[in-house]
Amino acid sequence: MLLVRYNPVAMINLHDTSLSYHPATQILEGITLTVRQGEFVSLLGPSGCGKSSLLRLIAGLVNPTGGELSIDRLPAGLFRRTNHGVSLVFQEPRLLPWRNVRRNIALPLELSKVPPADREVLVEASLKLIGLRPEDAAKYPRMLSGGMRMRVALARALVTQPSVLLLDEPFAALDDLLRQQLNEELLRMWSERTPTTIFVTHNISEAIFLSQRVVIMTSHPGRIRETIEVPFEYPRSHLLRASSEFAKLVGQVGDLLRMETP
Amino acid sequence: MKSVREIAPVVLPPIALFLLVVLAWQLVFLFGHIESYLLPSPLAVARAAWKKRTELYGALTLTAASALCGFAASLIVGTLIAIAFTFSRIIKASCYPYAVFLQTVPIVAIAPLIVVWCDYGFQSVALIAFIISLFPIITNATTGLTNVDRDLVDLFELHNANRRQVLFKLRLPSAVPYLVTGARISSGMAVIGAIVGEFFTGYGATRFGLGYLIMQATDRMTTDELFAAVMVSTALGMAVFTVVNIMGATVLSRWYHA
Repeated sequence: MLLVRYNPVAMINLHDTSLSYHPATQILEGITLTVRQGEFVSLLGPSGCGKSSLLRLIAGLVNPTGGELSIDRLPAGLFRRTNHGVSLVFQEPRLLPWRNVRRNIALPLELSKVPPADREVLVEASLKLIGLRPEDAAKYPRMLSGGMRMRVALARALVTQPSVLLLDEPFAALDDLLRQQLNEELLRMWSERTPTTIFVTHNISEAIFLSQRVVIMTSHPGRIRETIEVPFEYPRSHLLRASSEFAKLVGQVGDLLRMETP
Repeated sequence: MKSVREIAPVVLPPIALFLLVVLAWQLVFLFGHIESYLLPSPLAVARAAWKKRTELYGALTLTAASALCGFAASLIVGTLIAIAFTFSRIIKASCYPYAVFLQTVPIVAIAPLIVVWCDYGFQSVALIAFIISLFPIITNATTGLTNVDRDLVDLFELHNANRRQVLFKLRLPSAVPYLVTGARISSGMAVIGAIVGEFFTGYGATRFGLGYLIMQATDRMTTDELFAAVMVSTALGMAVFTVVNIMGATVLSRWYHA
């Protein structure tokens, strides 16, 4: 497992990539970033720095207006269409209220026409992964707590066994304790499957706790300011947050971010 | 199901007020004198309604049938038009102004034309009910089908959904609350449309709806019968509205957060 995680094969490759919606508004400029297969990378930066746009680029939902972008040596859109290998988690759970938990999780499989028998096996595996009881699987989203809904959203993202997992501030709306708990759960899920993961956040300690590298971005237009290697070994537990090394790194990253906000 | 204890405070006050007004109305006749062709007494209206009960019942079922036909057709056709609007911007841009035209054209003005084209009878009445109730369905369904959460559209695209899947698994289910709102408005309009339609298309002396009875009573100056027909029309409108509301609430209980 550890060998897979540190596999140096480049999965996501951005070279001098830029994105502008109108010629006048430059969203991202000169983004150069390589994410290795199975790596966990966080994008950290102020709001409006184009973090979400960068995720949409990698998901192949928008095309770059300049530079290069490839996933597993394929254009992002093509990679998504041919491998069914990209999943995205939004800031809100975004579950379909007319479907129960089980059918919400099965949605991506239905859309990509996975046969029903295989669907069931994959949904079961995903339910087990998020630790949801079978009786909860029949419930509708409105009956669940906010944290539970987010867990279901994670299960929906993981059900396709994606090779690339993109998360757009998924825990920003949750209270701090729940956020920490879900961070630990996310790490556990990641270490079981090791998808290449990009996690967008504006929370410094969350970024450091989760990832192997933290990419610090600046805004207007979005650029990469610096990339920080996080030296802590996996598996990481909640005890890590109490260590002095952790606090020191949080302080360093905080200083770097402050330099960016005039 | 709601209990009697919950429903009573909602239902009892208007019923009590209604009885009070009827009582006061009857008292006016006991102590004063009003020409009965101007305003009949509640007792006279009740008597006329009883005397004409077979005609009223027959007319009620016919009007209800044409209103419901028009309403059902507008639900289906309106939703289909809205789906066409969401699939093609050109269709929407070129057709939407004419959908607005449906709402602004005075139905009374085109009713005679419909009679010319479709002849007297059920089909013309149902058609008028259909035209008048179509617009709220089109606008509400179009809003519902297009105002879909941006993230969810991305999610469907991310998992390579085709247009059919986006329509049936995302857009249509998301549009259900809007469709229910549209159905509420247009069900009431369908009843109005059917009665107004009957003013023009009349039917014969053997088959007729409430609109025909209203016109006939007006011509004969039998105000008590006119009142009876109006009361039955009102009851029909209220019944249709209530049924559509209950059905809508039942459907919506799945779509709304408790």
